[in-house]
This record gives sequence, C-alpha cells and structure tokens, in this order.
Amino acid sequence: MFQSLDFPGGRVAFTSDMSFIAESSEKRVKCYRVLDDNGHPMSSRFEQVSKEVAVKMYSSMVTLQIMDTIFYEAQRQGRLSFYLTSNGEEAINIASAAALSPDDVVLPQYREPGVLLWRGFTMQEFANQCFGNKADYGKGRQMPIHYGSNKHNYFTVSSPIATQLPQAVGAAYSLKMDRRDACVVTYFGDGGSSEGDFHASLNFAAVMEAPVVFICRNNGWAISTPTSEQFRSDGIVVKGQAYGVRSIRVDGNDALAVYGAIHAAREMAIREQRPILVEALTYRVGHHSTSDDSTKYRPADEIQHWKISRNPVARFRKWIERNGWLNDEDESELRGNVRKQLLHAIQVAERTEKPPLGDLFADVYDHLPSNLQEQERLLRETIEKHPQDYPDGVPV
Amino acid sequence: MASIFQAVGAARALSSSNSFDSKKFYLTSRESVSERKGSIFVVRSDGRMNSGRVDKLVTNAVATKADSAAASTASKPGHELLLFEALREGLEEEMDRDPRVCVMGEDVGHYGGSYKVTKGLAPKYGDLRVLDTPIAENSFTGMAIGAAMTGLRPIVEGMNMGFLLLAFNQISNNCGMLHYTSGGQFTIPVVIRGPGGVGRQLGAEHSQRLESYFQSIPGIQMVACSTPYNAKGLMKAAIRSENPVILFEHVLLYNLKERIPDEEYICNLEEAEMVRPGEHITILTYSRMRYHVMQAAKTLVNKGYDPEVIDIRSLKPFDLHTIGNSVKKTHRVLIVEECMRTGGIGASLTAAISENFHDYLDAPIVCLSSQDVPTPYAGTLEEFTIVQPAQIVTAVEQLCQQ
Repeated sequence: MFQSLDFPGGRVAFTSDMSFIAESSEKRVKCYRVLDDNGHPMSSRFEQVSKEVAVKMYSSMVTLQIMDTIFYEAQRQGRLSFYLTSNGEEAINIASAAALSPDDVVLPQYREPGVLLWRGFTMQEFANQCFGNKADYGKGRQMPIHYGSNKHNYFTVSSPIATQLPQAVGAAYSLKMDRRDACVVTYFGDGGSSEGDFHASLNFAAVMEAPVVFICRNNGWAISTPTSEQFRSDGIVVKGQAYGVRSIRVDGNDALAVYGAIHAAREMAIREQRPILVEALTYRVGHHSTSDDSTKYRPADEIQHWKISRNPVARFRKWIERNGWLNDEDESELRGNVRKQLLHAIQVAERTEKPPLGDLFADVYDHLPSNLQEQERLLRETIEKHPQDYPDGVPV
Repeated sequence: MASIFQAVGAARALSSSNSFDSKKFYLTSRESVSERKGSIFVVRSDGRMNSGRVDKLVTNAVATKADSAAASTASKPGHELLLFEALREGLEEEMDRDPRVCVMGEDVGHYGGSYKVTKGLAPKYGDLRVLDTPIAENSFTGMAIGAAMTGLRPIVEGMNMGFLLLAFNQISNNCGMLHYTSGGQFTIPVVIRGPGGVGRQLGAEHSQRLESYFQSIPGIQMVACSTPYNAKGLMKAAIRSENPVILFEHVLLYNLKERIPDEEYICNLEEAEMVRPGEHITILTYSRMRYHVMQAAKTLVNKGYDPEVIDIRSLKPFDLHTIGNSVKKTHRVLIVEECMRTGGIGASLTAAISENFHDYLDAPIVCLSSQDVPTPYAGTLEEFTIVQPAQIVTAVEQLCQQ
C-alpha cells in the first residue's frame, strides 16, 4: 500500500524499501550526433542547413584554424605575449554561433573567439586586441584573447573561471524583464563546472526561469587535470537535472549536431523562459595556452588521434563536399586569402600605436576623480624627468 | 503590483535594437536634476545649496553646536522617519523614477528584507523587480553585474555585509574592473548595500567592517550613511551613479529617527558632512562612531574645547577638500573609526592626510580604532573592542596639550 505525505516542496510517495540511488546510471547519457566520422548523416532527421550557411560555417571554421595557427606562432616568435587556441573546438565555436541570432547576448569563457568571428569581428579587430594597440576596443587593458564587443553582443572576457555564469543569469533576467525575443548564451569548460558559480547559476536560472543556454565545452582537460580528477559524475549533462534544468549531451565535433541542438535549445529557452544545459563533448587538441606544454601530461599519440582522425573541420568538409558545395580549389583559395589577410592584419596591428597614457586612468570611473588626476599628473612628471626609464613609442 | 511592472515592461518589449549599448540608457544626473519638477537640490557639506539658501543642514539626531540659523528645512516641515525607512523611501523614489532600477538579495521580496529596508516594494513592483535570490552571494552579485551590463540598474542587498566576503571575486574582479577592461564598452551601475559594523553581540562573523577589505578595489566607490537624511540622499545618489557604489549601513543605526525634507534631494557621493564646526581639533569619523564622537563632543564642550566634527561619509575617495580645509584650520587630527587598527579606513586616511597636509599639522595624527581581534560575543568584551566616548575625550585632551 503506497501512501504519500506533504513536506515543504510538495508531496512525496514513501516506501518501506530502503534503497539508495546509485551514484551513476549503468548507462551513460547518450550523445546526440548527426554526422558519422566520415561526414555521412546517420539519419535523415536533422536540422537542415542551407548551402549559404554551411559554406559560411565551413569558411569560419577554417578561418578560426588559421587564426589560431598564426597567432600562436606570433606568440612563439615573441610578437605577442600570450595566446590560447580553440584547436579541436571549431565546430562548437562556429556551429553554436550560427544557430543564434545577433540579438542573443553571449558571455564567453575564453575559448570561444569563433562566436565573435561568426558575428563579424574582423581579423584586424582580433589582431588589435592581441597587440593591445590604440584601436583595441578594450584600449589595451586586457591580455590577448580577452575580446569584448558590445556592438556584437559579446561580453568582454574576464579571466577568472565561471564568473560569467551568474552574470549570464543576470543578463537573462534583464532580457526577461524586457520580454525580448532573445536569450543569453554562456560558455564554460569541464573545469569551470567545478566552480561554485556554476552550481549557483544553474540553480538561479532554474528558479528565476531565465532564458539562458549554458554550453559546456567538455574537452577532457582543465590544463593538466583530466575530467576523471575533476568530477565523478557522468560528465556535466547529468548535473542539469539536479538543478531542474533541461539538458542534452551532444557530439561537439559534429557541426550539424551542435547547430541543431543549440537552435532547439535557444527556441526552448525563449519560448518557455527556462534555462537549458548543453554538454558538447570534444577534445582540447591544443595546449591549454602558450604557457602550457600538454605533452608533459598526456601522450602525444592521443593528441594526434584527435587532431587527425577526429577533426571536426575535416568531418564537416566531407559533408559539404559531398553536397557539391565546396571543392579543393575553393578551399585553397579560402585558406590563401585568410592567411594573407591575417598576416597583413598582424603587421598593421603591430605597427599601430599603443594606447596613450591617459587610457591608463580613464574608465576606472565614469569621470576621472581627483585622486586619479593627481596620480596621472605625477606619472607624467616622472616620465618627463626620466624618459630613458620608460618605454618609448608610448604616446604620452 | 505586478501591473505597474508590466506596463513598464510592455513599453520596452518591442525593442528591435541589435546590440546592447548600455550607454544608450544614460541619463546623466545633471540632466535629471534640472528636469525634475519640484525643488530638488544637492546639499553641500558646508551648507551651500543650489537653491540659494545658506543654512547648514544639521541633523536632529544628536546634540550639536547650536547654530542660530539652525532651522534645517525652512519652508516645509518635512516628515519624521527612521533610518531604514529613509533608505526605503530613497529606494522607492528611484524605482518610481527609473524602471530599470531593481533590487536583488536574500529575503528582500515578500519578507521585506531582514532589516525591512525593502518592505512593501515587492507587492508594489512585482517579484521580478524585487527579486528573492537563493543563498549564493558571489552568484547573485555576479547576476547583478550581468544585469547591469545589459542596461539594468540593480541594487544588491547583502543580508549582512560580512556575507559579501563571498562576493569578493565578483566585486573585485568584475564589478570594479569590467568597465575598464572592456575599454568603456560596458558600464556597471550597481549599488551594493547592507548592514555591517559591530552590533549587539552578533558574534565575529556578523560584525565585519568590510570597508577595510574593499577599499583597495579600483573602480568602485564607497560611502557610509549615518543619519536618515544622508541615508536617503546617499541611496539615491548611489543609484544614479554610473559607477559601482558600495553603500555601508550600520546594524545599530537603522532605528535612528529624524525629520527629513518632503522635497526631493540627493547627497553628493564624494562629500564629507560637517557635523559640528569648531576651532581646536578636527575629528574625522563615519557611521556609528559619529555618535560616540558627538557624545564625547558634549563632554569636551563642557570642558572648554571646541572640536570640529566631520562625518567623512565618502570612504572611497576621501573628501580631501573638506578634510584639508579643516586641518588647515585646526592643525590637529583625531580619527575615530570602528575598523580594526590594521589596514582600516583610518590607516588610509592617516596616510592621505600626512601626505597632503603634513605642513599644517601641529601634532601627529591620532587614530582610534578597534583592536585587531575578532569581535567577541560576550557583551562586556565586545564593548571593549569599540572606541568609547571617554577614550575620545582623553585623546582630544592629549592632542590639544601638544
């Protein structure tokens, strides 16, 4: 005979069988996939993508690859102080961006420049930020790859992990108040899901019924920490239900699967005013950043395997090629153009003046307060007296 | 009710703009001041006001030096209320004035806030504009920052300032910095407020003086209110400011009663308040210690001293103009604070005054602070950690003998 009882939180049926819920299900949550490793659709039911969009997606993925290669090299040559690549995560970057509308507000972690690229950020704009010159929208105040552009609805990257997650909920709260036909999309990695902010954000978003799409790039590594040392759950997707958030696991290296899942997630988030969690499984092919050498903690052949056989760009290419939307000539022309453009942008960015001294003190507040005015005055005085001790080429 | 919020929401529902330009929502405070109907005026600490009256505004909450022209609020009689009500009044007026202003925190909604500052607001403005959050200070502060970056003007209430230590990451790394690191593209007009300071036997974790910890964060402003008058004025000013402002309230001052003007007014965020002009010594203080100082002042006056008491109000940046003028007049400085000796507001203030007004000092600056101990629970011990009026009197006597 089953009975139920009222407790704060609702009615629960009770049982005389004492059983503990297992720490994990026998079977892991399945992963949504459209294309197989050779770029063949595994079923006919998937979100179709037009030739125009598909070609743009592919070109953007290639552009991102080339951007990563060249900027990384530039750092190695000492021309940039720092860089981090999105190698292996091109599909997540571009396909998710393609599924969004320009009004959707994006709060990145730092491995999502592809989203900005999709929205129209130019090679020159990327280069300017990396070189911290006076044309940088951030006015030279942040390290490389900490892009931000309010006109592209891409919030400036902030280094501390997962701080963007509660901010995303706040932004969604703002959209909800305005009843906008838009949602917030925020990205984080497997490591980021350990931060307190992750848990609170999912919880808040669920309670507040906020239209946020949380995208986790589970790429297997948080610098040198593999996921087996990061959490003991079945990845991140199962955590959604713990907070009352609808979730899905998707093959992050399958551009069409990512596109479809994000498109659906976005619709749900806006229409139903609820958060959605998407876990995109992938692999971090590159090092964590230019300050890391991942061969120290993982086997080189593992990296090679993911780089070659599981490459998301190559896989998507096969599908596009088979549709007759792209050929080898197009590809080499594309690669050639991008490379040229990028090298030019770097040259220009390198030669562009650095931000002037005044930018050191501006924007700390809306107006320059007297103490900062004083500090600026003192600095200028000191530089005038001892110019040889300060870098030249900085406009004063 | 929810209907007010919905009407407001509907007006902005069909926004077709492509991007968030938080600058689009700017109303400079200058613009709004001049456009207001009614006599809004900004009170300066030395009593000068735009409306042309020259009377000093003197609070009735403490005994002060009698000023013959003391009638503070001239034409209208004003209305009496308690400090927490004054905070609420300021908040409500700003929420009426600007639909982007919203409140978030624990138990701020239907419960009305732990200290009743938000009482009645949720029924009036709806559950979305007065938002109850789960217990995660770092996260709801982060939420406020995200909301601010998309054009809202949130007020975050920390149930107790001490809990905002959990929000330090968001406050320091994001709140204070994102306007700067984004190159000015995103503004963070948040107000972070809550009660702090030593109460009556609340224990160490509930007796924190967070102004010490936060004072270094670049990009934020900090103010401390001490009277119903300045509580309302500072609340309004903080909400209108484009910068993130931390408003420090004190647990023991919420029930202070005062008569405040009926007309609208705001206080200047960067100004100190002249509480009692004098000639012999400058006593700088803020928040609850203002009352201990004024109590000591009574004794000092009886003993023939003439202390000048300034409530510094603006903890970051310091109003070195007002403070400097006072130092130049009296040549002696006593700082009375509730912060601990190490790294408190008093320590920074001592450094700032030494640096800027060294030549005007006839004696070393003396700073009376709490000891570097966690605040004990036992009432007697707790009392020993707070600067008492008798200590202030002794310190003044000693300083004036030099």
